[in-house]
Amino acid sequence: MGGLRQPRALQSNARVTAFLQLLISGISLGCIYALIALGFVLIYKATETVNFAQGELMMLGAFAGLALMQAAQLPFIVAALLALAAMVLLGVLVERVVIRPILGQPQFTVVMLTIGLGFMVRGVMTMVPGYGSDTHALPVPYKGQVWNAGALVVSVEQVVVIVVTVVLCALLYAMFRFSRIGIAMQAASQNQLAAYYMGIPVQRLNGLVWGLSAGVAALAGLLLAPFTFVHVNMGFIGLKAFPAAVVGGFGSLPGAIVGGLIIGVIEALAGFYLPEGFKDIAAYVVVLLMLVIKPNGLFGGSTRKKV
Amino acid sequence: MRFLFKTQYDQDIRLIKHGGQTFWYALLALALLIAPWSVGDYWMTQLSFILIYSIAGLGLMVLAGFTGLASLGHAAFLGVGAYTHTFLLSHGWPFLIALPSAALLAALVGVIVGLPALRVKGIYLAIATLAFGFIVEEVLARWESVTGGNSGRNVPGVSIFGLELGSGAGFYYVCLIVCTLSTLGVLNLLRSGTGRAFIAIRDSEISAQSMGIAIARYKTLSFAISAALTGAAGALYAHKLAFISPDQFSVLQSIELLLIVVVGGLGSVHGAFLGAIFLIALPQLIAVSKDWLPPAIGQASGLQGLIYGAVLVGIVLFEPLGLYGRWLKMRTYLQLFPFYRRGLFRRQKAFTKSERVR
Repeated sequence: MGGLRQPRALQSNARVTAFLQLLISGISLGCIYALIALGFVLIYKATETVNFAQGELMMLGAFAGLALMQAAQLPFIVAALLALAAMVLLGVLVERVVIRPILGQPQFTVVMLTIGLGFMVRGVMTMVPGYGSDTHALPVPYKGQVWNAGALVVSVEQVVVIVVTVVLCALLYAMFRFSRIGIAMQAASQNQLAAYYMGIPVQRLNGLVWGLSAGVAALAGLLLAPFTFVHVNMGFIGLKAFPAAVVGGFGSLPGAIVGGLIIGVIEALAGFYLPEGFKDIAAYVVVLLMLVIKPNGLFGGSTRKKV
Repeated sequence: MRFLFKTQYDQDIRLIKHGGQTFWYALLALALLIAPWSVGDYWMTQLSFILIYSIAGLGLMVLAGFTGLASLGHAAFLGVGAYTHTFLLSHGWPFLIALPSAALLAALVGVIVGLPALRVKGIYLAIATLAFGFIVEEVLARWESVTGGNSGRNVPGVSIFGLELGSGAGFYYVCLIVCTLSTLGVLNLLRSGTGRAFIAIRDSEISAQSMGIAIARYKTLSFAISAALTGAAGALYAHKLAFISPDQFSVLQSIELLLIVVVGGLGSVHGAFLGAIFLIALPQLIAVSKDWLPPAIGQASGLQGLIYGAVLVGIVLFEPLGLYGRWLKMRTYLQLFPFYRRGLFRRQKAFTKSERVR
C-alpha cells in the first residue's frame, strides 16, 4: 500500500493480508482479555462480587513463573505449572482471609476491598528487590519464532495463546458439564440457599472458584508475558478486560470469551484504521455503547430485582 | 451526656442542633480564619490541598455516599473543571465567572454521564464511569488546541477585581470560601426534599419509586451536583498545581477520590473532610516513618501503594463506617461510659441484598 505503483490485484491482496494479520493479532490479544474476563465472571457468578485485583493476580502469576525459571532454573513448562498451582493456593487463601468475612455486604464494599488488595499486591511486588523495579523478559522456549503461511507471518507466541485458550475453554466446559464439583458450582451460582439445602458446601466451593479464577489469571499472565514483558504495572491490562466481561454479559462464561475476542479484534482494527489515540479507548467506547444499547450484554439474561 | 428535648419539628432539620456544636464549629472557623498568621507557608499549602480535596470529596459523597451510585471515573470531572477554568482564564474571563462556568460545564458533562447510568446500576455503573474516565483522559491528551495535550498547560494565578492573590494566604481564603459555601450547600441540600429523595434512592430504589420519587430525575440531578462540586474543586486544583497535564486526572486520581469517601466514611459529610485530611496527611506520615524503618523497606518505592491498599482493606474489613464511624463510636463510648455495648454499631448482614433473583 506504499507509494510504489502496484498492480491493482496485488494491492488488494496486500490489503487482505494486512487485514488478516490484524485479525490474528487481535484474536490473540482478545484471548488474553477473554482469560482475564473469565476470571471476573467465575468470581461474579460464584460470589456476586467483582474482583478488581484480577489484573494484579495475573501480574503475580507472571512474576511467579519468572522467578521459578530464573532463580530455580526450572524448565518453562514445570515453572508454569508450579506458578499456576501457587496462584490457585493464593486465590483460595485470599477468599478465606478477606473475602469471606464481608460477603453479603453491598457490592461496592467488595469493589473497594479488591482495589485495596490490588494496591497492596502492586506495592509489595515493587518492594521485592531485583524484580519489582525492572521489566523482565520471560524466557519462553518459543520466543521470537514465526511461521510463514503464504504472505501471512504468524508468530508462535500468538498461536500458543490461541491454542491454550481453546484448550482451557474445553477443559472448563467439560468440568462444568460433567464433573460433580462443576455441577455443584453451577448449582451454587444459580441459587446459593437452595444449594446449601442440597448439602453442597457453598463456602468451600467459593474458595475453589477464587482459586480457579486466580489460576486462570496466572495463565493469562504467563501467556501475555512474551508480548509485553513482565513488570509491576502489567496488571493494568485487567482494566481492559472489564469491557470484555460487560460486552459478553457479566454472568456468562461463553460471553466472557466472545466479549474478549470482540474487544481484542476491535482494538487491533481501531489501531490500524482509525486515527491515533482511538486504539486505547476503543474498548471503553464499545462498552459504553453496549451499556446504553443492551445493558445485560450479549449473553446476559435479563434479571429483575424484587423488593 | 446531652439530652435534646425536641418541642418543634423544625428542630429535626436545624443545621446546628445544640449549643455545643455552635461552640466547636465557631472555634474551628476561627482557627481556619487565623491560620495564615499562625502556621508557615508549607502548612498553608497543605491546608489548601485539604480544602480542595474536601470539595471534591463532598462531590463524590453526594453521589456515592448519599445516592448510592459508585463512580470510578470522578477524576474526569476534576479534569473537566480544571481545563475549562484554565481555558476560560486564558481567554480573559475573570476568575469569579470562570469558576462557576467550569462547575457548570462539569455538571453538564455529569448529566451526559448520568443518562446511561439510568439504565445500569451496581457494578455496571462502576464500569461505565471507569470507561468514561478513560475516554475523558484520552480526550484531554488529544484535543491539543484546547488542552495543550500531553505537554500540559500553565495555569495563570488567581486575581479577583484586579487583585493578585498569589498562591499563599490569598488563595487559601478563596479555597476556604468555596469550601464553606459548598459544605453549607450540601448540608442544606441534604435536609431538603431533594436530599431525602437521594437517600431514599440509596436505601432502596424500588421503595423510593413506589413513594413517588422520579428516579431518573433525581439520579441525573445527583450526578450533576456531584460533578459541579468536583469541577469547582478541579478549578481550584489547577490553580494550586499551577500546571496541569492529562495524567493528573487518570484512574489513579479517581481511586484517590474514592479513598477519601470510603476512608472518611460513606454517607457522612464529616467523612469527606476526614478522608481529605487522611489523604494529605498519609504521605507526610510515611515520609516521617521512613527514618524509623530499615532502609530496605523505608526506601522502597512501593511503600505508599502498599499502605494505601492496606488502609483501604483494613477500613472495609474492620470499620465500614470509616473514620467518622470510629469517631462516633469513641464519642458514644465516652458519653455512655460505662454502659457502652459492643453491639451498638454492629452492622447487619445483608444476605438479601443480592442483585440476582431467580
